Amino acid sequence: MTPPALLGLAVADPLPDIMQHTPPRRGLMGLARRNVPASIGAVLLIVLTGIALFAPWLGTVDPLAISPTLRARVPSAEHWFGTDMLGRDIYSRVLYGARVSLFVGFAVAVLATAIGAAIGMTAGYVRWADSPIMRLMDAIMSIPSILLAIALVALTRPSVGNVILAIAVAEIPRVARLLRGVVLSLRELAYVEAAVSTGSSSAKVIWRHIVPNTIAPVIVQATYICASAMIVEATLSFIGAGTPASIPSWGNIMADGRALWQVKPHIVLIPAVFLSVTVLAVNMVGDGLRDALDPRMAKTV
Amino acid sequence: MSPLPSQPLLSVKNLKKHYATKFSLFGRATRVVKAVDGISFDILKGETLSLVGESGCGKSTVGKTIIGLLQPTSGEIELGGARIDNLSPDAFRAQRKRIQIVFQDPFSSLDPRMRVRDILAEPIHNFGLARNAADLKSRVDDLLDVVRLPKDAASRFPHEFSGGQRQRIGIARALAAEPDLIVCDEAVSALDVSVKAQVVNLLQDLKDRFGLALLFISHDLAIVDHITDRVAVMYLGKIVEVAPRGPLFENPLHPYTQALLSAVPTPTPGRKTSRTVLRGDLPSPANPPPGCNFHTRCPLAFDRCSRETPVLRSTGPDQMAACHLID
Repeated sequence: MTPPALLGLAVADPLPDIMQHTPPRRGLMGLARRNVPASIGAVLLIVLTGIALFAPWLGTVDPLAISPTLRARVPSAEHWFGTDMLGRDIYSRVLYGARVSLFVGFAVAVLATAIGAAIGMTAGYVRWADSPIMRLMDAIMSIPSILLAIALVALTRPSVGNVILAIAVAEIPRVARLLRGVVLSLRELAYVEAAVSTGSSSAKVIWRHIVPNTIAPVIVQATYICASAMIVEATLSFIGAGTPASIPSWGNIMADGRALWQVKPHIVLIPAVFLSVTVLAVNMVGDGLRDALDPRMAKTV
Repeated sequence: MSPLPSQPLLSVKNLKKHYATKFSLFGRATRVVKAVDGISFDILKGETLSLVGESGCGKSTVGKTIIGLLQPTSGEIELGGARIDNLSPDAFRAQRKRIQIVFQDPFSSLDPRMRVRDILAEPIHNFGLARNAADLKSRVDDLLDVVRLPKDAASRFPHEFSGGQRQRIGIARALAAEPDLIVCDEAVSALDVSVKAQVVNLLQDLKDRFGLALLFISHDLAIVDHITDRVAVMYLGKIVEVAPRGPLFENPLHPYTQALLSAVPTPTPGRKTSRTVLRGDLPSPANPPPGCNFHTRCPLAFDRCSRETPVLRSTGPDQMAACHLID
């Protein structure tokens, strides 16, 4: 900088920056900084999704290949996570198993949220439909979701698709109940009445004023459903009512290791740790989204 | 003031709004809350009628019924001589343009996810008032100008404004439809005194500028005195007195009006006023007292009041009251 004296002007030196002004970061990085647990969760989830997608290229062998001579080995350089009772490589099985868990989690979240949101909104907005719909939802909710899923899978052939449907049916009432409550409180708000009195049709009122204001709770609920669906899927597979045994899933791996639990605990523990970390990551993202999507907290809506 | 046309802009006849709160086994209503129980009034073009009364007397229900947010139980609402209470939803939507509302709470009455521009564009769009995007923009700018908000307000969200500014946005939204009548449902009650005065003055200006009629619903007689042409006093779902502002404030006939007026604070400290303090609460509209609704709290009640229901009677030019004392 040119010293002021050289310009022949008596200009005071600029004051040093005592408190450096840092503008709040916008965009993705700003969001990540404001919400550390959510970013950790998101990173974990991205890593796990990557593992699921690229499982064949991550040093895995055929997860179904049995080798009777190498049964129930402890982790070694050859088999990073050891082998199970049939000599199958647990590392490969766990990595391929991530595909099932994540797919079931996301599919159930999308399916149950979409259907449940539609049902809940109808119940909340259409007065006469409210009572019959919600009594039906109460009836479904009165059955424990695991039992309902077992019953539904038992009625059909075990397959990943049927597991997804069964878990989704059990989760739909929860979304519907949440959405009905949100819509009931929104429709009484003055701005919805104002929209009606400024001539907006019912469809427009729902689409422009009600739906956008339900998105935040719906997304948050979807993440919790995703986490819960992964646990239910693992539970169903563990008791043999879920993903067919021919497909490696974390629940199946744990079920296989159950007999050797006291002597070779790693067969159960490794997929369990993966499941726990995944569920934790999803819940961390969900909590972060809840904070970020709350319009009263959002600085840059 | 120019002579007012004889044809009323809005005419409400024997309007009733009852809510069933308990049902028998066979779905028949066994307990009915009479929120509004047979009220009639007219509003002339360009006139301000104030509807006053304590909370729970049904004044907001009247407002919401007139703008069609609630269906009346019985009675007629005429707008410019044509009934609007029995129209189909589609036919009614076209009439909505002529009556707009400003809500009490400036915080819940604006969608937090919409920019001010979109909030104001909604009625313009719904009623097909703008020919193209440029017209829409100039209309939004004009509206902001009319309610004295800066132009850059259009691109901001409601949470960036104060309560008074938000209420101006609410007024601009009501004006956007180019209505003949605006229902102000306690439109200034939630505001600070100084902001309240600004918004009242704004409403007054807009009324004169656009020839608007206002139905000013309020419990605050000091504000009403400032803005109104005529006043209708409601008690427990019924109108007990209607009068032009001057006679009502100088010579109230109904004991309830007298009590309300005596409760208005005076700006002179230490001045002795004869304060009529009403005892007890507003009776439940589900179980109104027999005879005159007001006799349980009336300081002047006599035996006839508990037996006979008084009717609104003309007592002077434009003045009516429902009380046995004025027979």
